[in-house]
Amino acid sequence: MSSLTDQKYAPGEHPDLPPPPGSIGVVGWLRHRLFSSVGNTILTILAFFFLYKVGNAVIFWVFTGATFTGDTQDACTQGGACWLVIGDRFHQFMYGLYPQEEYWRANIVFVLMVFAIAPLLFDKLPHRGMFLIFSALFPFAAFYLLSGGWGLETVDTANWGGMLLTLVLGITGIVASLPIGILLALGRRSNMPIVRTLCVCFIEFIRGVPLITILFMASNMLPLFLPEGVNFDKLLRALIGVALFSSAYMAEVIRGGLQAIPKGQYEGADAMGLSYWQSMRLIILPQALRIVIPGIVNTFIGLYKDTTLVSIIGLFDLLGIAQVAVADVKWRGLAPETYAFIALLFFISCFSMSRYSLWLENKLHTGHKR
Amino acid sequence: MKFGKVLFAAAAATAMSTAAQAGTLDDVKAKGFLQCGVATPLPGFAAPNAQNEWEGLDVDVCRAVGAAVFGDASKVKYTPTTSKERFTVLQAGEVDMLSRNTTWTFSRDVNLGFEFTGVNYYDGQGFMVNKSLGVSSATELDGASVCVQTGTTTELNLADYFRSKGMSYETVPVATAEEGAKVYDEGRCDVYTTDASGLYSLRSTLSAPADQIVLPEIISKEPLGPLVRHGDQQWGDISRWSLNAMIIAEELGVTSANVDEMLSSENPEILRLLGAEGNMGEQLGLDAKWAYNIVKQVGNYGESFKRNLTDSLNIERGINAQWKDGGLLYAPPMR
Repeated sequence: MSSLTDQKYAPGEHPDLPPPPGSIGVVGWLRHRLFSSVGNTILTILAFFFLYKVGNAVIFWVFTGATFTGDTQDACTQGGACWLVIGDRFHQFMYGLYPQEEYWRANIVFVLMVFAIAPLLFDKLPHRGMFLIFSALFPFAAFYLLSGGWGLETVDTANWGGMLLTLVLGITGIVASLPIGILLALGRRSNMPIVRTLCVCFIEFIRGVPLITILFMASNMLPLFLPEGVNFDKLLRALIGVALFSSAYMAEVIRGGLQAIPKGQYEGADAMGLSYWQSMRLIILPQALRIVIPGIVNTFIGLYKDTTLVSIIGLFDLLGIAQVAVADVKWRGLAPETYAFIALLFFISCFSMSRYSLWLENKLHTGHKR
Repeated sequence: MKFGKVLFAAAAATAMSTAAQAGTLDDVKAKGFLQCGVATPLPGFAAPNAQNEWEGLDVDVCRAVGAAVFGDASKVKYTPTTSKERFTVLQAGEVDMLSRNTTWTFSRDVNLGFEFTGVNYYDGQGFMVNKSLGVSSATELDGASVCVQTGTTTELNLADYFRSKGMSYETVPVATAEEGAKVYDEGRCDVYTTDASGLYSLRSTLSAPADQIVLPEIISKEPLGPLVRHGDQQWGDISRWSLNAMIIAEELGVTSANVDEMLSSENPEILRLLGAEGNMGEQLGLDAKWAYNIVKQVGNYGESFKRNLTDSLNIERGINAQWKDGGLLYAPPMR
């Protein structure tokens, strides 16, 4: 006990003493963080009790008490979730009412999509230039494969559904909204009065109404104004509505980034003798877009989830097809299971998007990060 | 809302003037399929099964028209429509007919410019109670707590009914049918009220369906049926008589199973129906075997009802029985 204190050391030579036991390691962490006072101890115990109760119930419902094998609802007797309905209708969750013998076309599109999106997301990819050409061609290939014609059986867009439709809507909206949003944002800050007024009117009008209104107008009013027999495809109408809606929001996000760029950057670009588009492309936008990555991804995620609204105009996206499954007389009262599954699919998509944006921010941080 | 109605009526009127050109039948034949507007999934009436095929009582009317026109009940494409957009899609010509449990009312028939071509389900607002209440008639419900969906006509019908009977009640408002099922199941209300078909499908989701009874009183009229655009009488006739053929076939005992034997029946009515005699098909602009194809491929009304509503949802025929059995189904004679 006394040996350490008795020993004499030259000033400054005293060795570091080990921390008192109970203040380090797991025990120390527990004492410091969870049981530092009577009040905290009670809170900790209560919280653990609560977690235990809830966690137990969730695990019972999702796993231990759930039914995974069987053919009919009668097999679900354990009191937990009845996942059979997901298995029974899994193909519909993926493809909607797409003809079953044509699933391979949708599968090819899914695979091609990965190759088309990868070069857009990762700039270190080998042979990225070639991939980018492929990315540009992908929408046409996907449209041909999905809708058919020229040797393939035609599939009505009304039969596209499930994950397929959600991805089509989400990706089209995302891909269209960024360039349109950039143009709108630049237009709103333009010195040309007509361009500026048009952009302001468009943005403010779209932001002033809910997406559901736009979809509803596109679905219900538009056909009445068109001559009889002229039918816009319903999906196309929804796509245009979603793209316009998200680009208005995107424009405002990007305008925020543009405003954050100091005036000196604009003047510097002008002093270099760059044209307007050159200065935007080379100086302003690369900085502005980087600042607003969180805002952009936020809009993307919001848009992706908003695509569920198309189920109110009779398109069977993920949510719409969930309602179909819920309406199945073979599986009654299984709405919680169905919606939980849909929520999981959405969570995977949205969480991946947000993780990607974090990665991108880290990669691009140059002096802005704190 | 008012403005919307005016706008809709104006748009409908414009569309009507252009829709006066005849020939939906020719258009449909040229397309090679019938485009039929149905409900977004509604159990028993229209919903896609796990094989991506649409099924239901309303769907069977579409299939019947398909069978009548093409001799092939599968030549139908379905457009799921929400209750708000259903009239627009029909008016705009996106669908050739609408079979979407739509109540036949004066304003829809006259003002919106549609033509209802029959009734394939007589619905009406009813009451469901637990057997343990010991109630056998809605007139004994004085002082009951009633679950009702807010913002619907059911709410108004309920108020009218109880007021006219001089009874008091307490409303337990619910937003959706699923929520209503839960609330009722937990015993937070004594009575659940909605359209009878809804009561039956709700009952099958409850924990003890056998303990629930639907009271005999029906307090509103909701005749549901298919409709087409005004102005094309021939197409309206085809839709009307396709449904009637299903009803008449049941009345005459012709089923999908025995329709071939019935071709050599002694009964002239059956022979006329199946096209072995007379020229009914020709008068409609269809094949002589039009009704034969309906019965063969879709079945008669009773078969369709049993397949879609009785077997899965335990909906009894009730007032939807044939007139001979005390129901309301009464198709004009085919002669």
